[in-house]
Amino acid sequence: MSPLAFFGWLADSSWSVDLHESQYAYSIIESIHVWTMAVFFGSVVMFDLRLLGLTLRKVPASEVLDRLLPLTIAAFVIMVISGTLLFYAIPLRSYQNIFFRFKMLLLLLAGLNVWIFHSRVYPKVVGRDAEGAPPRAARLAGALSLAIWIGVVFSGRMIAYNWFDCDRQPQPDIINFLTSCAATESGQ
Amino acid sequence: MSLLPFFQWCYQTPIGETIRDSTWLFPVIEAFHLLGLGVTAGAVLIVDLRLLGVGLRKQPVAQLAAGAEPWLLGSLTLMFASGFPLFLSESIKCYYSLPFWVKMTSLFLAVLFTFTVRRRVTRTELTSARPLLGRFTALISLGLWFGVAWGGRWIGFS
Repeated sequence: MSPLAFFGWLADSSWSVDLHESQYAYSIIESIHVWTMAVFFGSVVMFDLRLLGLTLRKVPASEVLDRLLPLTIAAFVIMVISGTLLFYAIPLRSYQNIFFRFKMLLLLLAGLNVWIFHSRVYPKVVGRDAEGAPPRAARLAGALSLAIWIGVVFSGRMIAYNWFDCDRQPQPDIINFLTSCAATESGQ
Repeated sequence: MSLLPFFQWCYQTPIGETIRDSTWLFPVIEAFHLLGLGVTAGAVLIVDLRLLGVGLRKQPVAQLAAGAEPWLLGSLTLMFASGFPLFLSESIKCYYSLPFWVKMTSLFLAVLFTFTVRRRVTRTELTSARPLLGRFTALISLGLWFGVAWGGRWIGFS
């Protein structure tokens, strides 16, 4: 079963339709997604700014991370759960949405950045960050993280708009390729 | 006196009209508004959590508050700068929207509280002797900001 067929099947399942057409459930889940985004993004930004030496310079970066991480992780878990439900409510359209695809790509990059940071950069930060700006690699990781998460918030917001949806033709070939719209027309 | 004429006037300003006529402007300004929301939340939370005894609790409250304040002011500026044009583009809808009024009332109270009581509490070491005062301050602050976030999200659903 192709992903397109699978998400098409999911979109026709009764729970997905119920959630999409519910009077309050969808809005409440979306609200939770946005509010936890503020908590998640806010704590990530504060830590990234600390890595860049732009705030709380007197507090060791490792301590900022240790103390904020539980909050960041908790918010992230709620975002993944609420985000999955939002996707489940509108699966096919989301799967073919160009901003959704871009957001998932950025999330992969963000995960890669976190992994590289924790395995390679962070051990260097712990030893020598009593005060002031952390080493260059840490500052680079902070800047990258900021840029990626800003991109995630931006593309996440744009998923709601239907400018490049498959039912809005004609679109440039490159758009139809990136959204798998061409496959919908010929394949289904 | 009704505020409706003022909201109608806002609606027909060139800024409001330009945003309504554009496909991209509203979503892009809105995305900046969301980014500002996140930074505001971070700058508020780092201090309020400390007042509640979680997060960075080894640091003095005054130190965290001083570190967070430029980012709080900066993000609030971004929120106003992006929120105001959004409001101009749909001010008449806002006039009839309950969430909008909840948001504006909460916003007014949150800003007032943050730059009077909360600032006083966080600048001095009042809370080390009276942790309950710190907790109340944090709960009121978080409650008011949540009112802003609730109203803000639900303007879009109404």
